[in-house]
Amino acid sequence: MSLTLFNVVLAVVIAISFVGLNAAYLVWCERKGAGLFQRRPGPMENGPWGLLQPPVDGVKLMTKQLLIPGGVDKAIFMVAPVLAMFPALISFVTIPFSDNIVAHPIDVGVLMIFAFAALGGMSLLVAGWGSRNKYSMISSVRAVSQTVAYEIPLMITTITVVLISSSLNLGDIVQTQLGGFWHWNIWPFQKQVGFNLLMPVSFLILFVCSVAETNRAPFDLGEAESELVAGFHTEYSSMGFGLFFMGEYANIVIGACLTVILFLGGWACPFGDLGFFPFTHHVGWFLLKIYLIIFVFIWIRWTFPRTTIYGLLNLSWKYLIPISLFNLLLTAGLLKVF
Amino acid sequence: MTEPITLQPDETFVLNVGPQHPATHGVLRVKMTMDGEYIYDAETVLGYIHRMHEKMAENRTYPQYMPNMGRLDYLSAMSFNHGYALVVERACNIEVPERAEYIRVITVELNRIASHLVWLGAYVLDLGGFTPLMYCFDDREQILDLLEAVTGSRLTYCYFRFGGLYNDIDDDFINGTRAFITHFRKELKMYAKLVTGNIILMKRLRGHGPVDQNMCQRYGATGPVARGSGINYDVRRNEPYSVYPEFDFEVPVYTEGDSYARYLVRMEEMEQSLRIIEQALDKLPDGPINPKKKPKLIKPPPGDYFAAVETARGNFGIRLVSDGGKNAYRLKLRSPTYSNMHLFDEACRGMLIADALAFMGSLDLVIPEMDR
Repeated sequence: MSLTLFNVVLAVVIAISFVGLNAAYLVWCERKGAGLFQRRPGPMENGPWGLLQPPVDGVKLMTKQLLIPGGVDKAIFMVAPVLAMFPALISFVTIPFSDNIVAHPIDVGVLMIFAFAALGGMSLLVAGWGSRNKYSMISSVRAVSQTVAYEIPLMITTITVVLISSSLNLGDIVQTQLGGFWHWNIWPFQKQVGFNLLMPVSFLILFVCSVAETNRAPFDLGEAESELVAGFHTEYSSMGFGLFFMGEYANIVIGACLTVILFLGGWACPFGDLGFFPFTHHVGWFLLKIYLIIFVFIWIRWTFPRTTIYGLLNLSWKYLIPISLFNLLLTAGLLKVF
Repeated sequence: MTEPITLQPDETFVLNVGPQHPATHGVLRVKMTMDGEYIYDAETVLGYIHRMHEKMAENRTYPQYMPNMGRLDYLSAMSFNHGYALVVERACNIEVPERAEYIRVITVELNRIASHLVWLGAYVLDLGGFTPLMYCFDDREQILDLLEAVTGSRLTYCYFRFGGLYNDIDDDFINGTRAFITHFRKELKMYAKLVTGNIILMKRLRGHGPVDQNMCQRYGATGPVARGSGINYDVRRNEPYSVYPEFDFEVPVYTEGDSYARYLVRMEEMEQSLRIIEQALDKLPDGPINPKKKPKLIKPPPGDYFAAVETARGNFGIRLVSDGGKNAYRLKLRSPTYSNMHLFDEACRGMLIADALAFMGSLDLVIPEMDR
């Protein structure tokens, strides 16, 4: 793929609109999903099934006053929402939606996603520090310790998959899982490693970590609204808040994409190469899978109460990290054997 | 589980929780001195919605003061009606017809369930689970509809009259209540499965927010808070009033004294309330709901009168000093959450802020009742 200016602009525009649309309509899905779990209809008034709610919300956010409280560190305060949104946007460049739909395939795509995810964690720290609010400060400290605690098992689990696929390129990782759902990395039997019982556990670890990474309930300690008012975005109004909000949903999509690519075969059709069916390996499968994962995210959020910070750190350091480390060791050993 | 830590008194900052804070459910303010996320010291500040209800009693006639009772604890207003009616009836020696007593018990117990449902929803909301609130309000809505049909209001009831009631219940209410009991028994099982058994909930409640018997006695805590700490005291059974002695019900008591014990006490109280309502509906006698002989003007003879009832939050005592006039000479309201809340300052020391706010939720605070 030649990297002409046109291609770059096209990729960026498509990525932005995909993220923007997703963020807007995931909010709608979230609210409808919440309604589903709470025996109520959710948004109804704007348009059919409340489908015009996201644009209306967007207009509301954009027309509100961007209030900058007195005494904040202005530069840091302004930069934080951008930091929340920007890395998620960039990460989409390397996500393969299909075998030929990818903005820019990068050989170290996995590394790049993690690098930008870390930057997202930084935005919470910066927002909390810049807000000059004690709640924001507590929240950002929590968010950082959470990010650190959960990025480690997330990376170790990813390295396990990378070992199996022997590639850091997300497209190649999907390629090794082609040929039906029994080839997906989630199953214990793999042709590269023989039989590894811990693979489904690894999938769970990755899933839990991506919930925690995106600050979603039950790990939404950064914005625990009943404790810390609104956490790191307490002082943000208008599009400052809007960007945090969109960043959160963009991160959810990234998390779901990563889960699907690493463990659920990405854009691969679950029933192998059907031949007679025109859309065997298609972007549709990918979207279906990521939205299923996102549905589970929403399901979890509206089902569980919040954990506490020590519960969260205990889970990570005492269970997730040792198990994922052990699985890495086991996988490496099995790779040597088979 | 948190390990005991040594807090540094010289490295603290003050966190002002409230009066506008999602966890205080109203306008309670807590000045917390924090060491990181640990609370070094806390000081509750009251008075943001003080409305001088006690003083109002001195300026209004006795019947005029009845609506004030619905505005103290807006979640269990019926019990407060009951307490006030009881003290004036004792003062004036008014006989209450039996049917009225039974209807009083039915409405009060329905109101208790409604109150506990709000607590359950709001408490799990405090813990970060939003969904149970919707289910609880769904069930509570049915109680409110039932009570609205009889009393005319949904929240701030003014249903009781001295010696009787404003309105008799009809067959619709009786059938509706029976249907509700059957429905709510199923719902309680669902709550037990979905909320009580949730692992995150248990981890956050078990062993957190310990309140021992001694502390309860020192602060005068009553109701589910005291019963969660092993104090077997319920006004309905220990100092019976109305027709409560005629019903067979249990008083749930747990000795653990943690948030989970208080949680379980309230969950079981809802079941017991259902039992009481069921028995009251079965035994409901016919007859008038207001006494035949009732003084035209309520003027208690001079003296000092007291009545206590068990509200959803504990012991509501009301002391009336009369000089024989149309108004009370002095009326003292002893409201349960005022005492229950003052535990918080002492008990929350050394807790994490998240645990402290969960603990506060388990005390079931209603601020208008505290500030009066």
